[in-house]
Amino acid sequence: MNVMDTRATSAMLYLDGVHVSFDGFHAINNLSLTLAPGEMRAIIGPNGAGKTTMMDIITGKTKPDEGTVLFDGTVDLTRLDETRIAELGIGRKFQKPTVFESQTVQDNLLLALNVDHSVRGTLFWRGSKAESERIDKVLETIRLTDARNRLAGSLSHGQKQWLEIGMLLAQDPKVLLVDEPVAGMTDVETHLTAELLKEINRNHTIMVVEHDMTFVRELGVKVTCLHEGSVLAEGSIDQVSSNERVVEVYLGR
Amino acid sequence: MTPHILTRSLDRAATAFVLIVAAVGVLIPLSNLLLPQGSMFHVPTYLVALWGKYVCYAILALSIDLIWGYCGILSLGHGAFFALGGYAMGMYLMRQIGSRGVYGNPILPDFMVFLNWDKLPWYWYGFDKFAFAALMVLLVPGLLAFCFGWLAFRSRVTGVYLSIITQAMTYALLLGFFRNDFGFGGNNGLTDFKDILGFNVQAEGTRCVLFLLSCLALVTAFLICRAVVTSKLGKVLIAVRDAESRTRFLGYRVESYKLFVFTLSACMAGVAGALYVPQVGIINPSEFAPGNSIEAVIWVAVGGRGTLVGAALGAVVVNYAKTFFTSGPLAPYWLFMLGALFILVTLLLPKGIVGTFNSWWEPLKARRNSPDADSAAREDGVGAPNLAE
Repeated sequence: MNVMDTRATSAMLYLDGVHVSFDGFHAINNLSLTLAPGEMRAIIGPNGAGKTTMMDIITGKTKPDEGTVLFDGTVDLTRLDETRIAELGIGRKFQKPTVFESQTVQDNLLLALNVDHSVRGTLFWRGSKAESERIDKVLETIRLTDARNRLAGSLSHGQKQWLEIGMLLAQDPKVLLVDEPVAGMTDVETHLTAELLKEINRNHTIMVVEHDMTFVRELGVKVTCLHEGSVLAEGSIDQVSSNERVVEVYLGR
Repeated sequence: MTPHILTRSLDRAATAFVLIVAAVGVLIPLSNLLLPQGSMFHVPTYLVALWGKYVCYAILALSIDLIWGYCGILSLGHGAFFALGGYAMGMYLMRQIGSRGVYGNPILPDFMVFLNWDKLPWYWYGFDKFAFAALMVLLVPGLLAFCFGWLAFRSRVTGVYLSIITQAMTYALLLGFFRNDFGFGGNNGLTDFKDILGFNVQAEGTRCVLFLLSCLALVTAFLICRAVVTSKLGKVLIAVRDAESRTRFLGYRVESYKLFVFTLSACMAGVAGALYVPQVGIINPSEFAPGNSIEAVIWVAVGGRGTLVGAALGAVVVNYAKTFFTSGPLAPYWLFMLGALFILVTLLLPKGIVGTFNSWWEPLKARRNSPDADSAAREDGVGAPNLAE
């Protein structure tokens, strides 16, 4: 990975002319999008707009038919698999909260820490003070310190969402992809989640997919609206939500 | 490093298990060798061999539990690794017969003479040495599991599809070993063993030592499994079992983890097979039969998947029942009973014997220990509602 002179863009994430189709259905159609380092971006769009597929492409789960996907200006993500991409520093929170239900909250975070992930490293692993301090800090940030020894499966829906955000923090990636973090949350939880993401954004680049407009408004960041696999509008939440095409897509013709 | 792994992996139940197996391993041979025939505590030699067989099955069950209970890999072909380990040992025992065979050929085993072969096939070389055979017991199943797993896990074959190809693997080996020109005695397999390391395999003393060694192997396999599942690697395995793609997105190379436990498990199954053969006195292709592998999975399910102790217990309980029922008037119905057992366990005890016991016992234990247990239960009254969840 020779840097600098081969750097094609200053963007943290750079998608250009990306196409994906599943059995003739164009899930992603000439999608181009850039995410600057340190930016938080909200992605909105009706069902089937390609939001989750876009995240699948960035994290290596789906390979695009054509187009460029660059990370940090140098790394071609279309050639790498999920593990390699995660190691590079792209973390992902899924739409449906996916935590390891039969293990404790603490162990979930331990598994997420970005330490040696090799077979030998984990077989002979011994906890270190630095590691447990990091876990304590994450537990505090996601407000689950009291639940650290509970099984993740016994947490409430909102707590699971936070635990998953906490796992992203423990992973300490350069870019966080967060898919519908407030789905199924109460108003208070939604508010707290917005605060949490803003706090995380201080030293991480974030891409959030969300339907909840109050939440997106609260984040107060640049918004991209996707429709039928490509960008329909981009700008502040007020600009985007007053865009006629966006209104049309959301309300139907 | 070693003491740390030991203290971590030996909780109360594990220690009890190790002590019981060790006690059985010592007491049964002692009673067989020292007590007079008429004593009510005397264990006859045929029972020593029979229980030795159960212990080998328990090792096989442990190896299956390690991959199925902890990593979610349901292998329906683990009998193949068991049988390969058994064949490696059988080949050593065949070479030990030497000129005492029916045809008196000092080099060639009887079945080769019978087939008019004039020299030993190359893959039989070295099996006259015990150390070489012992190495092959680990290496052959391990290597097959490594190659098989490397192809399957890299292509992300999981779930039912993996189970089906493991069945196909053991079936293919069954067909191969049935053939005379394959060079392993065909249909009849390898038998008529005389001695092992110079000791008569039929002798009481040899049988007792083999029994003791089997118990030692069971304890060793158990400790290895415990060390693996209580390490951080064990947590990764459970993560793979519960949410494979999530684990991948955390940056774990899932296929390497699967390959590691699958290979380790195959080596353990191989050792079990190697200890089994001198105690039962024969190894033939029927050990590769798909039904055997499925039966071994049933032992684990009955005992309790993901508990290790349960796997060993299940192997002994089911096989004891098998011996008991197949030697009485109920013999023709054994397979129906086995099927019914599997259905009943699935319906009534989905966690198996040990798993069900744990889910009864652990809340009780937690309640008793709650004042000095973890921080969640520190405040009085907080522990109780937590338990109700």
